[in-house]
Amino acid sequence: MAELTMIQAICDGLATALRQDKRVVVLGEDVGKNGGVFRATEGLWQEFGDERVIDTPLAEASIVGAAIGMAINGMRPVAEIQFMGFIYPAFEQIVSHAARLRTRTQGQYSASIVVRAPYGGGIRAPELHSDSTESLFVHIPGLKVVVPSTPADAKGMLLAAIRDPDPVIYLEPMKLYRSTRQQVRQEAYVIPLGQARQVREGEALTVLAWGAMVPLVEQAAERWAQRGVSWDVLDLRSLYPLDEEAILSSVRKTGRVLIVHEAPKTGGLGAELTALINEHAFLWLEAPITRVTGYDVPVPMFALEDDFRPNQERIDRAVEKVLAF
Amino acid sequence: MLQQSDQAVQFLQPDGSLSDQGRPVWESLSSEMKRKFYEGMVLARTMDRRSVILQRQGQIGTYAPLEGQEAAQVGSALALAKEDWIFPSYRDHGAAMIAGMPLDRILFYWMGRVEGNIAPKGVRILPPCVPIATQLPQAVGTAWAAKWRGESSVAVAYFGDGATSEGDFHEALNFAGVFRLPCIFFCQNNHYAISVPFSRQSATATVAEKARAYNLPGVRVDGNDVVAVYDVMRKALNRARRGEGATLIEAVTYRKGSHTTADDAKRYRNRDEVKEWERRDPLQRLEKRFLIDGTLTRGQVETCHRRCREEVDKAWKKASQAKKAPPTHLFAHVYQSLPAELKRQRAQVEGEAHG
Repeated sequence: MAELTMIQAICDGLATALRQDKRVVVLGEDVGKNGGVFRATEGLWQEFGDERVIDTPLAEASIVGAAIGMAINGMRPVAEIQFMGFIYPAFEQIVSHAARLRTRTQGQYSASIVVRAPYGGGIRAPELHSDSTESLFVHIPGLKVVVPSTPADAKGMLLAAIRDPDPVIYLEPMKLYRSTRQQVRQEAYVIPLGQARQVREGEALTVLAWGAMVPLVEQAAERWAQRGVSWDVLDLRSLYPLDEEAILSSVRKTGRVLIVHEAPKTGGLGAELTALINEHAFLWLEAPITRVTGYDVPVPMFALEDDFRPNQERIDRAVEKVLAF
Repeated sequence: MLQQSDQAVQFLQPDGSLSDQGRPVWESLSSEMKRKFYEGMVLARTMDRRSVILQRQGQIGTYAPLEGQEAAQVGSALALAKEDWIFPSYRDHGAAMIAGMPLDRILFYWMGRVEGNIAPKGVRILPPCVPIATQLPQAVGTAWAAKWRGESSVAVAYFGDGATSEGDFHEALNFAGVFRLPCIFFCQNNHYAISVPFSRQSATATVAEKARAYNLPGVRVDGNDVVAVYDVMRKALNRARRGEGATLIEAVTYRKGSHTTADDAKRYRNRDEVKEWERRDPLQRLEKRFLIDGTLTRGQVETCHRRCREEVDKAWKKASQAKKAPPTHLFAHVYQSLPAELKRQRAQVEGEAHG
């Protein structure tokens, strides 16, 4: 066991996968010599060489397109996109090809690729670096979309994503890269995709969050617990497929739901979660499902970043409303 | 050796005569290979014309005709080895059928059936690519994996001149150049991307010259000359197998019909131009050659046409009589195992089908 940050755990996960499976390669911009812009691939190039840790030209569509082609010919590529805000040139390859290859070939080929991308705000990154557009990918049949929020999850989920036979969009909350350390097992272990993590148990309220919103919600839950109000907090981890069972059983227990996400509100995953709960647990609800989200504006430059992202005050106001209904 | 050539390589001239360069190549080919050129092109044309008719009759959906491009597709595909990979666009079923895609599956594709995407076991043909140029980076990745795994296979991406305007074209050639990958970029410059002529597609006079920017050989070949196409392709494949990297081939050809059965090429092309390309027709050219040197007699030519018609008839009969998949087939192969919500949706479809 070692105390690792999330970024170290991701790096450890990649090294583990590269050691375990010869079919795994890592490709992207600056992933080699430089060890990645956030150091997610630190030391891998030195250990595994140029052919398995590949510094590519600056071309997102081809990084993902080539990864798809590699998967067609039996490899397990992990493509890095430097920031989610730069993923859009590769969007066509992801949506039109990676997501549909299995269906189009009726299982003859599948794009068993992982696309890693740092996402979300909170680190004072330059303009256009801090997007949180996970629901664009959640909406695409054929993809899996996952977000770890702890170092241990980051490693286990990454190994699961690499082993997964389907294409996985693996989003890394930049804010959490170095915010905490956690004991992370050295050996290879897998956290199955599709399972939420119960962060706290409580009675008064169900709070659904993922990524960088999880620690924020945990802090809020702690404060409210001190006032005698306990929350069920779920870190969804897997945005598609959703752990419906975990979500619905919590809602059936508490009857009140708050969803916290960083992405803009309209068409965000919170809307889907609301619909899911309405379809399956409507009669258990004691109050309207409430969302605390980013606003429906482009993610701002960092001077206004804190005004855009959900914070304790906005969470508190929403909780008061839900509990008082 | 394969060198940059801005002048189109041409062996077989429109009147059926051979160029000086072409004579030794023609003489080195076996009669069997020459017959394969011919039979392949006749089959492609027969299949193509039947498909247009089937579309007009409402039997199949919108169809993308390839007539005029038979030499480019058949000549290049005949040069491939069994282990090579093909990443075709939607107009490359002529190449696909030569590489082993059964005719009934090609018809399935145009009937809107997913079975039309699936090549038989051991045949490495990917589904036709509909978005433009996106198959090029994928061919690059497959070539990369082949190189990494020490296989001798080459990945070939087929595309049209319109694709050369897309970013993916440039990115893919750049990757192939930087990493020296066993990949062939086979462009059929048929002069139009739907209605937009090549002069408005590209500020360069040729596609082949774009290869220079990526330090690849770019070869321009008369795409209506099956012999030259075959020879250029063979050399590019050998080069790739020797580990010398990728090649961009520009086969200069002409789409005789419309982009698809949904548009009318008369709106954007003049009759003189179409007539001039009719004179350069790839199939007639080879027939003329055969009549000069006696590889095939008139009788054999007629037999070949009849056999191709019968083969297409048989394929259509098989395709049109095949049972439609049940609605639950929608859910097959979206993921290796179905997520809960998808299971529910499938059960709903099942219930509706029974109810």
